[in-house]
Amino acid sequence: MTSFAGWQMPLRYGSETTEHLAVRRAAGLFDLSHMGEIAVTGPDAGAALDYALTGQLSAMAPGRARYTMICAEDGGVLDDLVVYRQGEQEFLVIANASNTATVFGALTDRAAGYDAAVVDSTQDYALIAVQGPAAAGILAPLARLAPAGLELSAMKYYAGAFGTVAGREAWVARTGYTGEDGFEVYSRPDDAEQVWTALAAEGSGAGLVPAGLAARDTLRLEAGMPLYGNELGPDVTPFEAGLGRVVKFDKPGEFVGRKALAARASSGPSRHLAGLTIASRRIARHGYPVLADGRTCGTVTSGAPSPTLGVPIAMAYLDRPAASLAGADLSVGIRGEAVPAHLTDLPFYSRRR
Amino acid sequence: MSVPAELHYTPEHEWVSLEGTSASVGITDYAAQQLGDVVYVSLPALGATVAAGEPCGEVESVKSVSDLYSPVDGEVTEVNAELEGDPSLVNAEPYAAGWMFRVRVAQDGNGDAALPADLLSAAEYEELTKSAG
Repeated sequence: MTSFAGWQMPLRYGSETTEHLAVRRAAGLFDLSHMGEIAVTGPDAGAALDYALTGQLSAMAPGRARYTMICAEDGGVLDDLVVYRQGEQEFLVIANASNTATVFGALTDRAAGYDAAVVDSTQDYALIAVQGPAAAGILAPLARLAPAGLELSAMKYYAGAFGTVAGREAWVARTGYTGEDGFEVYSRPDDAEQVWTALAAEGSGAGLVPAGLAARDTLRLEAGMPLYGNELGPDVTPFEAGLGRVVKFDKPGEFVGRKALAARASSGPSRHLAGLTIASRRIARHGYPVLADGRTCGTVTSGAPSPTLGVPIAMAYLDRPAASLAGADLSVGIRGEAVPAHLTDLPFYSRRR
Repeated sequence: MSVPAELHYTPEHEWVSLEGTSASVGITDYAAQQLGDVVYVSLPALGATVAAGEPCGEVESVKSVSDLYSPVDGEVTEVNAELEGDPSLVNAEPYAAGWMFRVRVAQDGNGDAALPADLLSAAEYEELTKSAG
């Protein structure tokens, strides 16, 4: 167990490497109840979110999900978010645990003047994720979705629906943070144990194992997904992280950060997120320097052994585009030793579809 | 969690197995569980002189990197080369195949191994891990 943003979280249940590989090959069961849930509802809820976030949430159909960001006026990232449209006037914003208060405060401020209510509903939800190629087969027998005729297997990626799981009311969404197919089940906290137990029992013959925060981190890193506090923060815009696509300049109306983000879009990013593989068993960790021909050219943001690739991998911010480093002798300074590294395209891993 | 009764322990979560003046050293089951999957072990060089309480290597896991300390004074006579190819032995068998290095321990006036006075018994070490939660 570990303390994380005020929550007691399982870092691992057994071996994090085993948990990681189970998610790639079969399925993993995650307790993600620390994530923040902020409900934005009312006639102007979509318009308020269009103003508050970088995406155009009003254009999303009910039953769909979107990955988006909330930025400060200067374009810096306050958090990355998944937003579900649960109804015509009902949105659920999922924030990182450590940022929930910040996101709730900013949404409240930004929704003033709109006919929309912003409520921090984090304590009303438990979140259990089942992720991996076997996830749909494990969840399907337990899930009943409310929309007439909607089968779990037919649910699109980045979609969601109300229904029940193991007889308990839930919002079931085909989303995740592992690079695999998978589902996230938002239930009442009192129902979470029942949901967890039913999923664990259903998946026991299919290779499902409980998985902790450590596996979640290596899974998202292999999938090239940014983590707030590592690749994202107030000192970078979405463009540095290679995620400029989340900024919808063509949406109608003003939005917070537009001017600064437009300037960054035209000037180009100030730093460049790159992928590295390390020619050693040693891990290039957050904060370690990246060297080109012996001179510092960037900083590692995340690093871990990659169970899928069998070598350590890392993401790093470089002070120049990766293409301009072709032919340079790259290394990472690992506690005083320059360990050879190689640039590689992100993501490190993509599932077969 | 396993704490073999016949071994000596340190507050840095290492174990020492003494045969004559030869001390085998590794990290405890508790330490291996706390670290998580070990991915790299840096061991002292053969013939190196080590001193009790001084760092002489590193143990790296998925989530962290920690110093490896020598629990005794002496000279390194052997290192576990198997760990280079398979560092997961530290998690699988911390007291057996996951051993790390052997030291010829400095001797006292009687020719016995001069062990530091602050090594812990199995019972004392178990108490320490309990109070650490």
